[in-house]
Amino acid sequence: MGEAIAFYTLAALILGFAVLVVSAKSTVHSVLFLVLTFLFVAALYVTLQAEFLAVIQVLVYAGGIVVLYLFVVMLVNLKRQPETHADPHRRSRLGLALSGLVLAELAAIAMYGSASSPAASGAASAPEVTAMGGNVEQVGWLLYTDYLIPFELASMLLLVAMIGAIVLAKREL
Amino acid sequence: MIETLVIPLIKIVIVLNAVLVSVTYMVLLERKVIAWVQVRLGPMRVGPYGVLQPVADAIKLMIKEDITPTRADRWVFTAAPIIVMVPALIVFAVIPFGSEVELFGRTIPLYITDINVGLLYIVSVASIGVYGIILAGWSSNSKYPLLASLRASAQLISYEVAVTMTLVSLVLMGGTLSMVGFVHAQHEAGVWFLFAQPVAFVVFFIGGLAETNRAPFDMPEAEQELTGGFHTEYSGMRFALFFLAEYANMIVVSAVGVTLFLGGWLRPFANVGALAFLDLVPSWIWFLGKTFVFLYVFLWIRATLPRYRYDQLMRLGWKVLIPIAIANVVVTGALRVLL
Repeated sequence: MGEAIAFYTLAALILGFAVLVVSAKSTVHSVLFLVLTFLFVAALYVTLQAEFLAVIQVLVYAGGIVVLYLFVVMLVNLKRQPETHADPHRRSRLGLALSGLVLAELAAIAMYGSASSPAASGAASAPEVTAMGGNVEQVGWLLYTDYLIPFELASMLLLVAMIGAIVLAKREL
Repeated sequence: MIETLVIPLIKIVIVLNAVLVSVTYMVLLERKVIAWVQVRLGPMRVGPYGVLQPVADAIKLMIKEDITPTRADRWVFTAAPIIVMVPALIVFAVIPFGSEVELFGRTIPLYITDINVGLLYIVSVASIGVYGIILAGWSSNSKYPLLASLRASAQLISYEVAVTMTLVSLVLMGGTLSMVGFVHAQHEAGVWFLFAQPVAFVVFFIGGLAETNRAPFDMPEAEQELTGGFHTEYSGMRFALFFLAEYANMIVVSAVGVTLFLGGWLRPFANVGALAFLDLVPSWIWFLGKTFVFLYVFLWIRATLPRYRYDQLMRLGWKVLIPIAIANVVVTGALRVLL
């Protein structure tokens, strides 16, 4: 009962702030609403007993990535471009079509996909996780045994991105 | 019901009040210590030996006119001091002030809560505090605060990396992420992690100085540099919030350093039975004493060392501290596996 209240409140807040991200007039405001969305997503992780993931969400997403977004947005003074098309409703019709497609995809997943999802078979309940040593140990164990190759590939990806950024931004090497 | 709601609420009230009062008296202590280092007396007029000076400061700040620049972004301008203050205060939820105390027939642990990712919680909440500084400078709609806030936030996120790497090597030593677990780990190991990880302690201390914008890393708020830094346009109580948040951050860094490196609430030589008479001193007094020593070194360094120039500061963070911290992690990991 309490979980349902927590979930619906958090979900409403997350969706509300996400809508404000795309509809805010000032770009800095929309970045700030993005931060709030991430913080409430972290709260949602806490209700799912994944406290390690919640803290990492705040640390990496809200505390690192969005700070960099904010730097860029503040230094590049963005203003909303005035509409120059002949048909002013073109953008909203395109948006409506795309969201209809996404909705159809979600409905298809909900109807056909839930029976064979891997999450239902592999998830452990909270007391089991704590008995096995807690969130951090379990995530670390999985990362370094079952998911080692994706982990290493992700770190290579970050390295390549860093090198690319340095090459793009350098004056002389 | 009482265990889960009333007792934590009482602890929260006590901790918040204690923190806010200590923060105001830290201001006085800083002025006194710097004065004594400079062979003068500091505030002496208000109350005996200047003891009531924080009261005078608080009254002054509260009755000052609250100015918002006309073209400033009003919501963000108001929110920025709050965003700086809140992380500094909520970190105290996981700091262990002492072991346990017997009151009214209950055994009450002297920490508000002990989450099993306590150390990560502290680091992540500290990284939220950077937003307040960025937004304060941007929302003031004025050149100098914007530049100062960009400098300050760049400094903060750079030194955050160094501090987090030292915490990684500490986690390797302690085997746990919970703050109470760290104290227990130091008790079992029989040695304070200060002696097991001296390099990590030095990097943590320097990084802590930079994280709290304290001298010699206080370029972002030095008056001689960018007028008043990122809080130029703030006056009265809003400025007081920034000020208080900085000192609260200092207390946080000291408390975290004491818990991780100096054994938390343990008495010196906690495993030596012959010194058991030292147990007469309660655990929280040991904790407060060690935190006070840490804080005093912060003030001492401010009174003594000259300020770093901004490029020297960034060079120190990225080219010196981060490689040292990473090397420390590698060496610690190798030794933990081999020994």
